[in-house]
Amino acid sequence: MSAAEAQRRTHAPFGRRALTVTGRREVGAYVVLEVVDPEGPAPRPGQFFMLAATGGWGGGADERPFLPRAFSVLRARRGRLEFMLEDVGPGTARLCALRPGASLWVTGPLGLGFSAPTDGRRALLCGGGVGTAPLAIWQDELLAAGRPAPALLGFRDGAHAAGAALLENPRVATDDGSAGHHGVVTDLLVAALDDDPHATVYACGPPPMLEAVRALCAQRAVPAQLALEAGMACGFGACFGCVVPTRDGGYVRICVDGPVLDAELLAEVPAH
Amino acid sequence: MRSDRALATTGSVPARPWPGGPVDFCGLDLAHPILNGSGTYDAIAARRAFGDALLERFPFSAYVSKTITLTPRAGNPPPRLYETPAGLINSIGLPNKGLDGYLAHDLPELAQLPVPLITNVMGSTADELAALVEAVDARPEIAAIELNVSCPNVKTGLDIGADPRELEAVVRRVRPLTAKPLIVKLTPNAADVPAGAAAAEAAGADAVSLINTLRAYAAHPRHRARPWLGAGTGGLSGPAVRPVALAQVRAVAQRVAIPVVGMGGVQSGRDAADLLAVGAAAVAVGTESFRDPAAGTRIQRELSHLCAKSGDNVAATRDV
Repeated sequence: MSAAEAQRRTHAPFGRRALTVTGRREVGAYVVLEVVDPEGPAPRPGQFFMLAATGGWGGGADERPFLPRAFSVLRARRGRLEFMLEDVGPGTARLCALRPGASLWVTGPLGLGFSAPTDGRRALLCGGGVGTAPLAIWQDELLAAGRPAPALLGFRDGAHAAGAALLENPRVATDDGSAGHHGVVTDLLVAALDDDPHATVYACGPPPMLEAVRALCAQRAVPAQLALEAGMACGFGACFGCVVPTRDGGYVRICVDGPVLDAELLAEVPAH
Repeated sequence: MRSDRALATTGSVPARPWPGGPVDFCGLDLAHPILNGSGTYDAIAARRAFGDALLERFPFSAYVSKTITLTPRAGNPPPRLYETPAGLINSIGLPNKGLDGYLAHDLPELAQLPVPLITNVMGSTADELAALVEAVDARPEIAAIELNVSCPNVKTGLDIGADPRELEAVVRRVRPLTAKPLIVKLTPNAADVPAGAAAAEAAGADAVSLINTLRAYAAHPRHRARPWLGAGTGGLSGPAVRPVALAQVRAVAQRVAIPVVGMGGVQSGRDAADLLAVGAAAVAVGTESFRDPAAGTRIQRELSHLCAKSGDNVAATRDV
């Protein structure tokens, strides 16, 4: 592993391991699940884990979920991992229903995380919805290193905007105007870059938001690192399912070449 | 070796005990009967994720590469995956660096794996396959060759492996080009799968492997008239296909005398034992590795325990 890659990746223990859920709290429309991971290595900010309940996984309505689901780690402290979930399908519904004491299959940390700003640039964090998660652990690390790490977060409504409490001093936008700026988070990003363009943008969120961030940063020649999401079967490069097209006409796998990709690598963030 | 095997009788499943331990497969000494299915485990990417722990605890007794083609392929446009009840449809499109890229970049890394290496190749014509087999044959790091014949004939559009006569012709063409064991990966999307196995055997194949994925389709969840998968259709794998795999492996093992690698939805030692009981000589794990990268190790351990409990007779381990 190169030195640059070592900064962004912690190797996962080989194979999945059963961990115990030790905490569950609702943060607005989201559920934050805490699991204790005594043997696991500390993840790098931006890395993700594959999660599946050890029971009732494969036996739900329509016999789904079958495959584990990928989640960026929200926080990792003192042998405990936190994940930010939103119930949007059979996999997340099952995970959101877990209570303390329940058992979880976990593989990870996986993928390549964020790398620190260079050239004296300041970090500027920009998230949408459940894409808040990797920015929390990244902000923790930046602040601990004495670097400023202002955050801009967008949500669809007030219930979701409660997720903003997971970060330190974020500026918030909501689609319906029920909290913070009435509009999209990229409105805030434009203002922040107008104010100080000497930044590196770290973004995670739904594809249309990431595409807007990518286009905006490309136009202003601001470096950006995008944490992408995709349906994955494995999370460790085996299935080749989670690809995104690159500017050069090929594909990269989000799970092993990402999930954090240099925005410059992409001609666009695809809608899927 | 092949001429000895050709003398063996055909027509019945050998009623043999199976220890779940070391296997002589086509002359390869395998530590146990659990392999990976081609295209289901990128050992190079897995080493990036897990480091050298992957080598220390490698879950398979031989490593089967993903399919290599003569020229590089980028693969299919996404989406490439669709989760189904108890399974997965994939439409990956065989992305690979092409023969030269594989030999130059992938092979040196794969040669560091602690198990024999089986390279899977696919060509759309017999000449392409011949070129691939010749090149792979020249590399001592490679222990055996698997032919992916689930490729459409460029003239007829039909899968080469779906037509026993065409399959036999292709295998006959490449058989003299290598002394390495030659495994033919059969397509399950054929009218008569055992006939394909018999054709491969007649043409000199050392073994057959099955099942490949079953052709499958998923509607777009929000636009019903459109396909979800970028390439339109894909292949179904996972426990959903296990009973189909058992039936096809059983029928093929009854038809041919050469060893059969059985696969399709294997999730446990019991599933592996079921395939061995219907005549498979070895078992490959695919989709279950997506759920647990070390699944092969667990399945091998469960198989050993089952066999020990049942006096080495896997047939006795099945629920009746």
